[in-house]
Amino acid sequence: MALVYQRTQGLLDVPFHYCPGCTHGIVHKLVAEVLVELGLLDSTVGVSPVGCTYNNYEYFACDMQQAAHGRAPAVATGIKRVLPDATVFTYQGDGDLAAIGTAEIVHAAARGEKITTIFVNNAIYGMTSGQMAPTTLLGQVTTTSPFGRDAATQGYPINVCEMLATLRGAVYVERVSVTSIKGIRAAKKAIRKAFLVQKKGLGFSLVEVLSTCPTNWGKSPVESLQWVDSAMTAQYPLGVFRGADLEVET
Amino acid sequence: MPRVEFREDRCKGCSLCISVCPKKIILLREDVLNCKGFHPAGVDEMDKCIGCAFCAVICPDSVIEVEK
Repeated sequence: MALVYQRTQGLLDVPFHYCPGCTHGIVHKLVAEVLVELGLLDSTVGVSPVGCTYNNYEYFACDMQQAAHGRAPAVATGIKRVLPDATVFTYQGDGDLAAIGTAEIVHAAARGEKITTIFVNNAIYGMTSGQMAPTTLLGQVTTTSPFGRDAATQGYPINVCEMLATLRGAVYVERVSVTSIKGIRAAKKAIRKAFLVQKKGLGFSLVEVLSTCPTNWGKSPVESLQWVDSAMTAQYPLGVFRGADLEVET
Repeated sequence: MPRVEFREDRCKGCSLCISVCPKKIILLREDVLNCKGFHPAGVDEMDKCIGCAFCAVICPDSVIEVEK
């Protein structure tokens, strides 16, 4: 008998505070597993955002730093420039990255900062109880768009990957989802590639993970995964937006 | 024979493991309440398990350990 799967050493042995079925837990596992497999855990500094995952510094078994709301890429820039040999990543939700922190992520990408961003997009503000986010889909009901998001008054969703892929400094940009075993494996591969891009000093890398918010979507965890596949991927197609031909595995 | 172990006190009963199990042998233990107040997932027919670890891969709370 051999262990086929066990909790990764890249996470501390504490329970997550996330709601049942929240895919933050899956993304945390993937990031931690990749850091362990690449032997980078001891030299990694992560930057925590504000949002549901504000306290992920209590979960990752590497050095972590908390940043002000949306400012994780700016803090990560400082850390990376002072410690160029460290692996530096930010872990941000769509409220943190695509709303209050839009300026920071755009300019970190434009400068080609050698950091990695894990961007978890669930199309809603989860922590503050389900208000409309910049990433909320047209027609999606939230507590601040009770009749569904209307473009005439509330504008259109922001496609972060497509936007950042126009910047030369962003060398690797991919969008994945974690709604199936196949999707989770693809997501892990993308996260691995993003960290290798950083390790090779090629520039800025970002992986957007389409995620769920069963609590604020008013769906069961399993229905939420299905909704990502049926509704979210229409607005946010999966794929590599920059760096498809980058060879980073040695 | 493969073996799956559930750390029941960490389970939130989200049922994602149930949705991906190819053998459909995972169930929520309706007669058990864990310290979080959830019915934890578990397996009764362990002899049907093939050790694919899909349940463990999708579990957001790292509740599941698989041996094969």
